[in-house]
Amino acid sequence: MRKVYVVGVGMTSIGRHYKRSMRDLFAEATLQAIDDAKGEKPQALVVGNMLSSSMGEQDSLGALLADSAGLRGIPAFKVEAACGSGGAAFFAAYNMVASGMFDVVLVAGVEKMTEHITATVTRALAQAADAEYELFYGASFTGLNALLMRYYMEKYRVSREEMAAWPVLMHENASQNPFAQLRFKITVEQVLNAMVVADPITLLDSSPMGDGAAAVMIASEEVARKLTDTPVRVAGVGLATDSVDLSTRLELDDLAAARLAAEKAYRMAGVEAGDIDVAEVHDAFTITGLLSLEALGLAGRGEAAKLVAEGRFRPGDRPEVNLSGGLKARGHPVGATGVYQIAEIAMQLRGDFPGVKASNPEVGLAENIGGHGATISVVVLRR
Amino acid sequence: MTRPESKTGIVGWGAYVPRYRLKAEEVVRVWGFEKSMPQNLFIIEKAVGGPDEDALTIGWEAARNALMRAQVDPAEIKAVFFGTESKPYAVKPSATVIAEALGITPVTMASDLEFACRAGSEGLRASIGLVSSGMMKYAMAIGSDTAQANPGDVLEFTASSGAAAFIVGPREESVAYFEGSYTYVTDTPDFWRRGLSPYPLHGEGFTGEPAYFHHIISAVKGLFEELGLGPEDFDYAVFHQPNGKFPLRVGKKLGFPKEKVMPGLVTPWIGNTYNGSAFIGLAKVLDQARPGQRILVAPFGSGAGSDAYSLVVTDKIEEKKPLAPTVEDYIRRKIYIDYSLYSRFRGIIRRITA
Repeated sequence: MRKVYVVGVGMTSIGRHYKRSMRDLFAEATLQAIDDAKGEKPQALVVGNMLSSSMGEQDSLGALLADSAGLRGIPAFKVEAACGSGGAAFFAAYNMVASGMFDVVLVAGVEKMTEHITATVTRALAQAADAEYELFYGASFTGLNALLMRYYMEKYRVSREEMAAWPVLMHENASQNPFAQLRFKITVEQVLNAMVVADPITLLDSSPMGDGAAAVMIASEEVARKLTDTPVRVAGVGLATDSVDLSTRLELDDLAAARLAAEKAYRMAGVEAGDIDVAEVHDAFTITGLLSLEALGLAGRGEAAKLVAEGRFRPGDRPEVNLSGGLKARGHPVGATGVYQIAEIAMQLRGDFPGVKASNPEVGLAENIGGHGATISVVVLRR
Repeated sequence: MTRPESKTGIVGWGAYVPRYRLKAEEVVRVWGFEKSMPQNLFIIEKAVGGPDEDALTIGWEAARNALMRAQVDPAEIKAVFFGTESKPYAVKPSATVIAEALGITPVTMASDLEFACRAGSEGLRASIGLVSSGMMKYAMAIGSDTAQANPGDVLEFTASSGAAAFIVGPREESVAYFEGSYTYVTDTPDFWRRGLSPYPLHGEGFTGEPAYFHHIISAVKGLFEELGLGPEDFDYAVFHQPNGKFPLRVGKKLGFPKEKVMPGLVTPWIGNTYNGSAFIGLAKVLDQARPGQRILVAPFGSGAGSDAYSLVVTDKIEEKKPLAPTVEDYIRRKIYIDYSLYSRFRGIIRRITA
């Protein structure tokens, strides 16, 4: 297998882009990534997206978007793994370059959510769960995560206040990220007193709905050396799956797929969890972020909430986690999120992330989850 | 160049608000909304039309009050525009019923207008045109609604009943003359109700930034530019009031302090009367305005569009104030009902008869 490098990144701000279509957002991020890669055109396009089919009535997404960015003719297709689509798309693209089939591939994540009312989006997002065993019984995605959160709090005797430290930290980080959707700070009291979405999850435990697109150009070593003096190496990738439904999980509070994906990615990169300097983890809800830290080996089982409340994972700590503001506050344009994370980590390693900067990192990690842990990708990047 | 608007003014104003009130906390209780919801929307209670009231009767009450203040011969009113989105009849004008009941018919224009919450305002601007052109001496614009809300929808906190009416006539007879007017519309689908559908649907957050705020701000700024005026030149600012929060926020964005918006703010106490909303706000400001004061009015309708008017109050206002009940009189006159009576009054309970 060949070495693979990140040679260009691009992203739009996340928000309610009322005047811009999915094509517009995709084109902006893609053209930025191509510019960042000194104008190098991709030989193939892999799109990460979840909702274009169920909500936007749009299939054939690869062809549609390739054409919209002036790339008509190249191989292009969509990868879907619910909220983990972006990371799964990167996984596919990585293998296309590593195998030697392609020298330059563009991975783009795009999602357009705010053209639809909340009930429609909630219904579409619920398709990330097991239709036959969960969705048809009326379980919403938030409801299932509320089950997880309550279980975690009771099992490890974690207080609601301790859980609230996570969203407070996310908003603090996002307040400096020009691409973030929620650029304001919040307090623990605000989290506790916010509207209950599904007890114990409040509005401020939840990632917002938003539109956005992110793009990452990856290339072979030969191309990378030609294009840039600061290529970021894709040192390890892992993708793993678990049961889609929660009821057949062996342990409810164990993101087994994250563990498996991380093991693969760490081994490939020759690193351990302790070597990670900076990470972007998937925190669709407070509980998701905490379970991720534990499954990735960045915190012990049942310890993540207390560590965050004690002030760990902040800027200046090691690892520094979700300097973008995470899904919670940077935003979560579902199928695009995984690509945002990889682009952000690449920028942190290059030193040109425009928000909170990591402290001279060598090794970075991006973890992206589909469903409540059904498909999880872990990518390790190195300077 | 003299602007045509400045030849005209409001010669009579009137409002009407039904006496029944539903508290916002009652909607919270029945539907299980967050307790903070009324505070977030700045809505305390809303007016509910009684079982024998509809947009037509409510509009007639307001029009009669306007006529009592104008003290003009009804037969001299040559146009009646009725703006509503709750017409009792889909086909058959309400304007003719009101015109007939007030002695305005038969030699008059009369029509019902639809543009969500700003149809009455379109009638007001048309009235200015008809009067300033010399085609007629007086024209009347009525904004009236018994607004519908899907049970359990957040709209149920605010959708209410009420009306206001204005008689436009020559500037020299007016209590407040127009300095200018400006309209800004686009195709923006933020809120709609299909034919035969009992309740409207809306695009949630989409009703805010791209609809309400964009259109009102664009209309008001357009008016400012045409007249060379700014927020500091106005004593009052009245905006469409879908809830209590939005008008204060749009005022702030335009540079109006809260003190200039509060006098015309009525929604927290009577709800959003849709076509009556900004109109009742203007009526309330006229109830208290002093000669020489300048008023900004900016109605908004989903779909979407906004008008902005600048009015200057004249000496004639004082003698007209006591000729009809004030908005404050109507706000204070109230009987609380629970959700059950509200459901019965607004036809939410469907009863089958033999």
